[in-house]
Amino acid sequence: MKLYCLSGHPTLPCNVLKFKSTTIMLDCGLDMTSTLNFLPLPLVQSPRLSNLPGWSLKDGNAFLDKTELIDLSTVDVILISNYHCMMALPYITEHTGFTGTVYATEPTVQIGRLLMEELVNFIERVPKAQSASLWKNKDIQRLLPSPLKDAVEVSTWRRCYTMQEVNSALSKIQLVGYSQKIELFGAVQVTPLSSGYALGSSNWIIQSHYEKVSYVSGSSLLTTHPQPMDQASLKNSDVLVLTGLTQIPTANPDGMVGEFCSNLALTVRNGGNVLVPCYPSGVIYDLLECLYQYIDSAGLSNIPFYFISPVANSSLEFSQIFAEWLCHNKQTKVYLPEPPFPHAELIQTNKLKHYPSLHGDFSSDFRQPCVVFTGHPSLRFGDVVHFMELWGKSSLNTVIFTEPDFSYLEALAPYQPLAMKCIYCPIDTRLNFIQVSKLLKEVQPLHVVCPEQYTQPPPAQSHRMDLMIDCQPPAMSYRRAEVLALPFKRRYEKIEIMPELADSLVPMEIKPGISLATVSAVLHTKDNKHVLQPPPRPAQPAGGKKRKRGSDDIPDCKVLKPLLSGSIPVEQFVQALEKHGFSDIKVEDTAKGHIVLLQEAETLIQIEEDSTHIICDNDEMLRVRLRDLVLKFLQKF
Amino acid sequence: MDPECSQLLPALCAVLADPRQPVADDTCLEKLLDWFKTIADAGSSLLLLQENPCLVTLLCPVLKPQDLSPRVLAFLLRLAGILAAQEDCFQHLQQGDLLPRLFGEAGPLGGAAWTAPTVRSGWIQGLCSLTQHPSALCFLAHSGAVDTIFSLQGDSSLFVASAAGQLLVHILGLSMQAPAEGHPSLQPAHWPACAQKIVGHIEESLRATATPQVTQALNVLTTMFSHCHDPWTQVLWVHLSPLVACLLEKDPVPAAHSLVDLLLSVARSPVLSSSSCGLWDTLAQTLSRLRASQAGPLALGILKLQECPKALRAQAFAVLLQPLTCVLEATTQAPGLPGSVGGTADAPLTAGMLLPSKAACVGLLCQTLAHLELLQPLPQRPSPWPWAPLLSAAVTILRLCNGSATPTSDTGTHLCAFLAGCVRVQRAALDFLGTLSQGTGPQELVTQVFAILLEYLTSPDSSPTVLKKAFQATLQWLQSSPKPSGGGDLEPHAQLFLRELLPVLPKRLCSPCWDVRDSGLEFLTQTVRRWGGQAGFRHALLASEVPELTEQLLRDPESYVRASAVAAMGQLSSRGLHIIPASPGHPGAQQKSLLEELLHILSTDSEGFPRRAVMQVFTQWLRDSHADVAADTEHFVARVLRVASQDLDWEVRAQGLELALVFLEQTLGQPSSSCPYAMTPPAAAPPSLVAQALQPFCRVQLFDFAFRALFDCDRPVAQKSCDLLLFLRAKTASYSDQQGSSSGPDVASLEAALQRWQAGDQGQPLGDLEPEAVVAVLRSLDLEGLRGALAESSDHAEQSPLSLLQDMLATAGILGENEADCY
Repeated sequence: MKLYCLSGHPTLPCNVLKFKSTTIMLDCGLDMTSTLNFLPLPLVQSPRLSNLPGWSLKDGNAFLDKTELIDLSTVDVILISNYHCMMALPYITEHTGFTGTVYATEPTVQIGRLLMEELVNFIERVPKAQSASLWKNKDIQRLLPSPLKDAVEVSTWRRCYTMQEVNSALSKIQLVGYSQKIELFGAVQVTPLSSGYALGSSNWIIQSHYEKVSYVSGSSLLTTHPQPMDQASLKNSDVLVLTGLTQIPTANPDGMVGEFCSNLALTVRNGGNVLVPCYPSGVIYDLLECLYQYIDSAGLSNIPFYFISPVANSSLEFSQIFAEWLCHNKQTKVYLPEPPFPHAELIQTNKLKHYPSLHGDFSSDFRQPCVVFTGHPSLRFGDVVHFMELWGKSSLNTVIFTEPDFSYLEALAPYQPLAMKCIYCPIDTRLNFIQVSKLLKEVQPLHVVCPEQYTQPPPAQSHRMDLMIDCQPPAMSYRRAEVLALPFKRRYEKIEIMPELADSLVPMEIKPGISLATVSAVLHTKDNKHVLQPPPRPAQPAGGKKRKRGSDDIPDCKVLKPLLSGSIPVEQFVQALEKHGFSDIKVEDTAKGHIVLLQEAETLIQIEEDSTHIICDNDEMLRVRLRDLVLKFLQKF
Repeated sequence: MDPECSQLLPALCAVLADPRQPVADDTCLEKLLDWFKTIADAGSSLLLLQENPCLVTLLCPVLKPQDLSPRVLAFLLRLAGILAAQEDCFQHLQQGDLLPRLFGEAGPLGGAAWTAPTVRSGWIQGLCSLTQHPSALCFLAHSGAVDTIFSLQGDSSLFVASAAGQLLVHILGLSMQAPAEGHPSLQPAHWPACAQKIVGHIEESLRATATPQVTQALNVLTTMFSHCHDPWTQVLWVHLSPLVACLLEKDPVPAAHSLVDLLLSVARSPVLSSSSCGLWDTLAQTLSRLRASQAGPLALGILKLQECPKALRAQAFAVLLQPLTCVLEATTQAPGLPGSVGGTADAPLTAGMLLPSKAACVGLLCQTLAHLELLQPLPQRPSPWPWAPLLSAAVTILRLCNGSATPTSDTGTHLCAFLAGCVRVQRAALDFLGTLSQGTGPQELVTQVFAILLEYLTSPDSSPTVLKKAFQATLQWLQSSPKPSGGGDLEPHAQLFLRELLPVLPKRLCSPCWDVRDSGLEFLTQTVRRWGGQAGFRHALLASEVPELTEQLLRDPESYVRASAVAAMGQLSSRGLHIIPASPGHPGAQQKSLLEELLHILSTDSEGFPRRAVMQVFTQWLRDSHADVAADTEHFVARVLRVASQDLDWEVRAQGLELALVFLEQTLGQPSSSCPYAMTPPAAAPPSLVAQALQPFCRVQLFDFAFRALFDCDRPVAQKSCDLLLFLRAKTASYSDQQGSSSGPDVASLEAALQRWQAGDQGQPLGDLEPEAVVAVLRSLDLEGLRGALAESSDHAEQSPLSLLQDMLATAGILGENEADCY
C-alpha cells in the first residue's frame, strides 16, 4: 500500500493511494498563490496599472501542483472531499488521459461548479490581446526582478481552464450521498462521511474486508451551517490520512467573527464603505447570518449589503435547497416551512442585494456607505479589483480579509500606497490542533499520516508545541513528491464458499469451539472476488453426447490421507508399547521433544512438537505396527 | 405554651401519629421542632410533657416504626432528643422505658425504617440534643449507641456521616467535662470509659490501611480541635500526634486534604499554640511530604496563623510560590521569587507536578494565584512581600496564555502548550494582577503590565469574561499609578496607555457580544468618573468615537447594555464630555438633548435596568447641580417624579424617593440629626414661613409622590417614604408658623384621600395641595408607628406557632370550616 503525495499544500491536498489493485486519487486542490506574482486584472483600463514601466499585463495563470511522480492516466477514481479541493479537476480529467470516475456529493459538485464558473468568468471577461510565455524560460526568469525570479517551478504554471473543459470534467463526476457504500472493482469499498466543514464536504473511508484507511480532509467540529462531522465511523482505522486543518491555528473563529462585525460597524458608522473579498460560497453564509443578527442591534439596518459575483444568485439559492446536507437546526426549519438560511429574509427586505457584476443594475442601485462582498480573495481578478481602485484612497473605507488562503499583505502589494484601513480576521473553521488531539484520542487509528507542516510548530512560532500533531505512535509525515509506503501489511483475504460445497463439509470439533474440515475445491477469482466452487465431477464415462470438454483442466483428485492433530503423551505411549510386547524401552529427552528407543528392535521413535519419525531398519511390518500405535494417540479428520 | 396552641396540639399529635394522614411538608416539621426547642429552652420540658400528655402518646407509636413515614419518625426522634435534654425530663422518659425503645436496639435501629437516611439523621440529631448531662452518657454507654455511631461515620449519606462525626465530638466533649474538678489526667488511660472508647476508636482508625477510615478519624479530630478548646485536648493531641506523624510516612500520604484541615485546626487552637507539642515540626514535615496541590492550602493556612516560627513561615511561603517559581524559571525571568533562592532543588519537583496533565497544571496555577490573592491583603502576610517577582510571574503566565511568551526550556514549552488559550488561568491571573496593583514594582515591570493588559484588551481572541477581568485589572492599575509631582492627575505613563486604549474601546463597544459592550461601558464610566477632569484624557476622549458610540448604545437591544450606556452617558455629560454631534445625514435636524433622551428611556423602556440607571443618573445630576438640571430644577424634579411614580419597578420608585430627598435637602438644608457632632453649616437663610418653604414641593407634587409611596405594596419603598416624611416633619417643626391649621377643609379631604389610598384605592390623585394641610397631615399621621410596622418582616403575622399548627391541621383537613387560603 503506497501513498503518492502530489501536493505540498496541506489544505489543498492531492494524494494518490494504491490500495489492493486500485489507484485512488484523494482530492485535487489548486494552489493559486502563484497568482499573487501577477498584476491585478482591472475591469476598466487602469491608468495606474497600465502605466507601470516594463512588463505588460499578464494573464491570470494558475499553478497546478503536481509532478511526474505517477502516470495520472492510471488513476481509477478520484474522491473529492469538498468544493475547494476540486479546483484542479479539469487539468487532470482533460489533459492526462484519465478515464476513470470522480466521486463527490451533490453540493460539492454544484458549488464547485460555481467556483470554477466564477474563476473562468473573472479571467475570460478581460481577454488579452497578446500573451507572453517566454518568461517561463529559466534563463529569462533569472533576469526578472525579485520576487518573480525566485518563484519555483514556473514551468508548471498553467493557463486557466475554459468553461468547456469545466463542463467536460464535471460530466465525469458521479454523485454520492453520505454513508453510501461504493464498490470499486470488487476490491475496495469507499464511503463518504460528513465532515462538518462545508455544504456536502466529506471525509472518505476506503476499506477492504480486513483493512481500513480513513481520509480526513477539511473537517470542522464547530456548529456552523453544514451537517456535523461523523467521527464514530472513523474508528478502527489502520491508517488515517489527515489533511486540511485550519490554516490559522492561533485565531479562534468566534473571536474573528466578533472582530469582523465590530470593524464593519465602526467603518459604516463613520460613513465609510466595507469591502469583503471572499469566495461566493462557504463562510459568507455564516457571515451573513451573523450580520443578520447583528445589524439591528448595531443600528445598521439602513446600510445596504451588496454581494457581487457571476454566481451570487445561484450560490444564495443553492444554499437554501440542500436542506439534507445542513445541520439539524437548519433542517428542521425546512419543515416549518422556512428557508434554512436567514439571508433569504435579508434579500426579501432589500437589505442584501446581489448582482452578477458591476455593470448593469448595480451601478444604478449603488448607494454609499455600504458593505460589498465580492471576489476574488487574491485581489488579482474579479470585481474586487475595481473596488480596491475605487475605495483605496480614502481612510474612511475598510477592507476586511476573512479568507485565510492568501497572505493579505501580498494581496495588497500592488495597491500600495493605500489609505484604506485593512483588517485581517481570517475565519477558518477547520480543525485546530486541540480538536485534532481529541479526535485522535476518540478515533484511535493505528497510524496517522499527515503533511510534514503538521508535525512541527509553525516556523514563526517555533515555541508553540501546542500547534502540532501530538499522537502515539508519532504521525508519519509526507512532503510534496514523496512516496510513502504505508506501514501495514495485508494479511488476509476473504474467500466465499459456494453453498453446495459448504454443505458437503463435515467439520470435526478438535477443541471446544474449534472445528475443522478439509476442503477440496476450485478457487475461482474474478473481479477481485474469490469463490471456492465444488470440484467438477469426473466426466461421465460413456453415453454422454456432449464432448468431453475441459476434462484436461480438471486437476487430479487424489484420495487424500486424513490430517492428523494432537500430541503424543510419552508415558502413555511407552505403556502402550509395553502392552504390545515391546520391552527394553528407553526414553531420552531432547531439546525438541523425546526419543523413544526400542533397543531390542533397534528402532528409534523421534517425537517432536510437529513431527514424529519412526526409524527402523527395513522392517516394514514393525514400522506399520508402530505407526498404528502412534496414530491411536492422534485425532484424524 | 399559650392555651390556644395547647388546644390544637392533641389534634395535631393525632394527625402525626396516624399513618394514613398525609404528612405536612418538611419545613412545617422543622418549624414545629424549632417551636418545641424554644419552649424547652424557656421552661421545663417535664412540665410541658405533663401538661400535654398527648406528646407522650405521640412518642409511643415509634415502637411500631414500620407504620410511620420516615419523616415523622425522624421528627419524633428529634423531638424526644429535645425533650430529654433536661435531666428530669430524661428520667421521666426513661421511667416509661421510652428512650431505649427510641434509640436502642428495640427502636428503628436495624429495622426497615433504618434504610431511610432521614431516620438515621433524626436518630443522630436526637441523640445529639439529648446528650447534655451525665445520665445521658450512662444511657449511651449501656445502650451501645456509640458503636452504632462509629459505623454511621461511614454512612452512604454524607449528611449522616458528617453528623455522626460531630456527635462523637459532642459525646467526647461531654464525657471529658464530667470529671470537671481538677486538671485532666495526663494519660488517656485514666479518662472516663466513654472517652476512652472513642479515643480508642480514633486510634484504631488512624492505624487503618483504608483511606476512608483515616479520613473519618481525621475529620472527627478536626471538628474537635476547632470547637473544643479545653486543656484535655492538648493531652489528646500529644497522645495522638505520633499516629498522625505515621501517616506522613506513607506514600502517597492518605487523606491529605483532611490531614491538612486537622493540622490547621490544631495550629489555630488557642490551647495548643505552644510549641511544646512538636506541632511545628509536624507541619514542616507535612509541607515537604505533600504534593504541590495539597500543600498549597496548608501553606496558606500556615501563613494566615497569627503566631508561627519564622522558618516555618518561610518554608510555607516557598511552597506556595513554587508553581510560580517554576513558571519564571521556565521562561528565565531575571528576578527570582524568594522560594527559588536556595530552594531550586524543589523546582524540578514542581515542574513534575505542573506537567503531567493540562488539568493538573491549570488547577495548580489557579489555586496558587487564588491563594496569593487571598493572602496579600492580610496584615500577617510575609514581609517583604515580593511585589516584583509576583508581578513578573503574573505577566509571564498571561503571556504564556496568549502565546506571546518565549519559553527557554522544555518545561516552558510544555507550559506554553498547556496554557495557550486557557480561559480559566487567564481569569485567575488577571484577578491576581489586579490585586498586585496595590503595591509597587519597578517601572520596567509596570510597563510590561500595561503592555500585556493592552494586548488582552486588543486581542480578538479574548473571551468576554477574560475581557471583563482585563478591564477591571486595567482600572485598578490606572487608579494606583502614582500621581506625577508636577500636577495633573495621571502619570505620563498611564496617560500614554489610556491614549493607546481609547482607539480599542470603540471596537469593544461595537462587539456582537453584549457582555463585551457592557464591560466596555462600565470601564468607560469608571475612567471618566476618575479622570474626566484631566485635560489630556479629555482631549483624547473627545477626539475618539467613544462618546458618539456610547450615545448610540442607549438604543442597544440588550437591557444591561442600555443601563450601562445610561450610566456612562450620565457621567460623560456631568463631565461636559457629551457634545451633541452635528448629524451628517441631517445637518439641520435638531438633536434631542440627553435629558430628553433619558426621560424618554425612563418612561418607555420595557426593562427595569435602564430605568433604574436613569434614576441614578438623575439623582446624581441633581446632587451635582448639573447644568441641564440647574436651569429649571423644579420643572426637572416634577417631570421625573411624575414618571417615576407610575413605574412598575419598585427600585425605580425607591430611587425616585432618593431624588426627592436630595431635592428636599437642597431646599431645606442638610438633616441636622445625621451626625450629632457635625458642624452645622450656616443654612442659606431658609424662608421663615413653613408655607413658603413647602411651596416648591407642592409645585413639583412631591407630596403626592411621597404619600403614594407611603402605602406602596413594596416595603422598601414605603420605608423610604416614611423616612423622608419623618425628615420633613422634623424640618417643618423648626419653623415659626408650624402650628398651622389642623382642621381646615383641605386637611379633611386630604386625610380622607389618604385613607382611601391606604385601603388600596390609589386611583384618585390628590390634586393641588396647600402646604398648611400637608403640615397638619404630617403631624396627624402616626409615622413612627408605621415605621415600626414596616420594620417587622413581612411574614411576622404568619410566623406565629398558632398559625403553624392551624396550617398543618388545615393541610390534613381537620379544621372543618377551613377558609379558602387566598394568600
